[in-house]
Amino acid sequence: MDIDYIVAHIPMFGKAAFLTISLALAGILLSLLIGLACALVRYFRVPLLHRLIAAYIELSRNTPLMIQLFFLYYGLTRVGIMLEGVTCAIVGLAFLGGGYMAEAIRSGLDAVGRVQIESGLSIGLSRLQLIRYVVLPQAMAVAVPAIAANTIFLIKETSVFSIIALPDLMYVAKDLMKEGNSNESNFMLVVSYLVLILPVSLFFTRLERRMRRAGLGH
Amino acid sequence: MAQHVLEIRNLHKSFGEREVIHGLDLDVRKGEVVVVIGPSGCGKSTLLRCINGLEPIQQGEIFLNGKSITSGKIKWNLVRQQIGMVFQSYDLFPHMNVMENILLGPLKAQGRRREEVEAEAEALLARVGLLDRKDSFPSQLSGGQKQRVAIVRALCMKPEMMLFDEVTASLDPEMVREVLDVILGLADEGMTMMIVTHEMAFAKAVADRVIFMDGGVVVESARPEVFFETPQTERARKFLNTFQFREVRHCLDEDDEDCLP
Amino acid sequence: MLDSVTSIFLSGRNMSRLLEGLWVTLEISIISVLLSMFLGIIVGLMMTSKNRLLLAGTRVYLEIIRVMPILVLLFLFYYSLSKIWGINLSAMSVAILVFTLWGTAEMADLVRGAVTSMPRHQRESGRAIGLTESQINRYIIIPQAVRRLVPGVINLTTRMIKTTPFVFFINVPDLVKVGQQIVEITGMRNVMASFWVYGLIFLIYFIICYPISRFSLYLERKWES
Repeated sequence: MDIDYIVAHIPMFGKAAFLTISLALAGILLSLLIGLACALVRYFRVPLLHRLIAAYIELSRNTPLMIQLFFLYYGLTRVGIMLEGVTCAIVGLAFLGGGYMAEAIRSGLDAVGRVQIESGLSIGLSRLQLIRYVVLPQAMAVAVPAIAANTIFLIKETSVFSIIALPDLMYVAKDLMKEGNSNESNFMLVVSYLVLILPVSLFFTRLERRMRRAGLGH
Repeated sequence: MAQHVLEIRNLHKSFGEREVIHGLDLDVRKGEVVVVIGPSGCGKSTLLRCINGLEPIQQGEIFLNGKSITSGKIKWNLVRQQIGMVFQSYDLFPHMNVMENILLGPLKAQGRRREEVEAEAEALLARVGLLDRKDSFPSQLSGGQKQRVAIVRALCMKPEMMLFDEVTASLDPEMVREVLDVILGLADEGMTMMIVTHEMAFAKAVADRVIFMDGGVVVESARPEVFFETPQTERARKFLNTFQFREVRHCLDEDDEDCLP
Repeated sequence: MLDSVTSIFLSGRNMSRLLEGLWVTLEISIISVLLSMFLGIIVGLMMTSKNRLLLAGTRVYLEIIRVMPILVLLFLFYYSLSKIWGINLSAMSVAILVFTLWGTAEMADLVRGAVTSMPRHQRESGRAIGLTESQINRYIIIPQAVRRLVPGVINLTTRMIKTTPFVFFINVPDLVKVGQQIVEITGMRNVMASFWVYGLIFLIYFIICYPISRFSLYLERKWES
């Protein structure tokens, strides 16, 4: 392996990694928001809307991100909806992640016992106060492991963004391979993803451990 | 006429097809302690839950301080602020410490001032002997301690009356007493209470009136000494007998003085 | 509109090519799942052993697979390792190899979870009624472990199916690759090609994955109660 070649291309990978992590961050934050909204709609069985949301969740969880992106980027332009690469990537990731996060948060909501809700009611909290102070904090604590798994899954899924012409890590690596340096570029690819994902993985492991010690979650 | 805090008229409650309370009437005077006993499934817990609006009722009316809480548009969160309830299972919020648990209702639901409520909470905690645990989390407390905090949490709302739903049923035997003592103390102070319990000795000690429910109706209603000594109905006698044991073991030795004929 | 649809799917061998692509997709998934189940049980049992070396080794393997995107693994095996080891694997073999490596790790973790979450008193109460160790395994431990495993295995299967589009990147002629080729060819004449073809592929994935995930949910609920 050619060390000089690797060193020379660090800035290039750095830039690509920055793009990957920015897109992932935006997509994951949106996923959490969508997931929270959907989970609450499902939890309260908001008429009509909760069926619609159920359909969305099934659709997003049972189709691959790559196909969603192909359809968004290449398919929808044909019916007049033009999304540029970055928008498309974030929308796609949020569409996929929203469904996964919704399920994670919903299982957290379901885990909050009936007695908790009743005792919240019995001290005179309103519905909204009950959700905010009693149900959500406990539900989110229970959902942490699933949210963690989804987050890491979504970061890994970003690796397909090059199919919609975004210069992310895979894109750069593929470019270098064309020059015939597949070992070096693969090495940098592996290192880049380790640098991106390992800290996230460690962060969540710690968070889960702290939650468990506090007697929250399962 | 004594003032009634709670009046229940012709209450009907069913779960689906099954009716569990059939036309129940009950009045509770201010300061009265009513203990509700009866076999499991007789509807006694359901009765408490109906009073607190945790179960919708099918027919009848409930009045709190003369105002109906069952007809018209009811703001249940406001009604529940006047009725404190403590449940069988430990119902503290696990993500909040003891003080936060107690403050949540008064601060958020009633919008009272923090300093005022905090001082009250500390006084109440001191009374149940848990002031030193105010920063503990529920997972660090014993079952008996949790129930005492749950009682304080309900009291801090300054309720008109308190409902206790088998609050000692999941406790280890040695912790039952510390919780019951708190309730006895409340009775001495004149708190209006409805208590569902299986602790017969406690019922005898705390009650102004005992209500025996069976099959969704009030079968007997009497002063405790009357009810426990001379139950009027066969059903009540049978129920009370389930708490008696014949002492057979000593009788193997015929000279034993403890041996009763 | 109907014209544009029929002109894509009924012209030439387009439809049968899509079906061939679908078969490649399913082939990779099925073979990988079967291999993963077999190897995963072995590795999973290794993870419950008390041998520290074995534990550390399997742990590292699991973590690496967890952290690495499947796409990176595909690149690694397709472009680099075959060169370094001097073996020339077909794209299809690399796909199955990588999916099996991933599936084995996931399966092993499921097996480890199923075995270690078994309450100890299950084994003890088996002993208490006089069963031999192998009888305990056969009548008490394995049936319960299987119940805990099956939903996870089904879930893993749908995840594999949903990950197969990645093989597009190493030029395996799967559903997506075939779809893209059809879009490239018919797209010249028919501007709606990408909409219909990718829309259909989207639908195909859903039609395959949705019933499987419902089935897994059904089993979970049935066995929970």
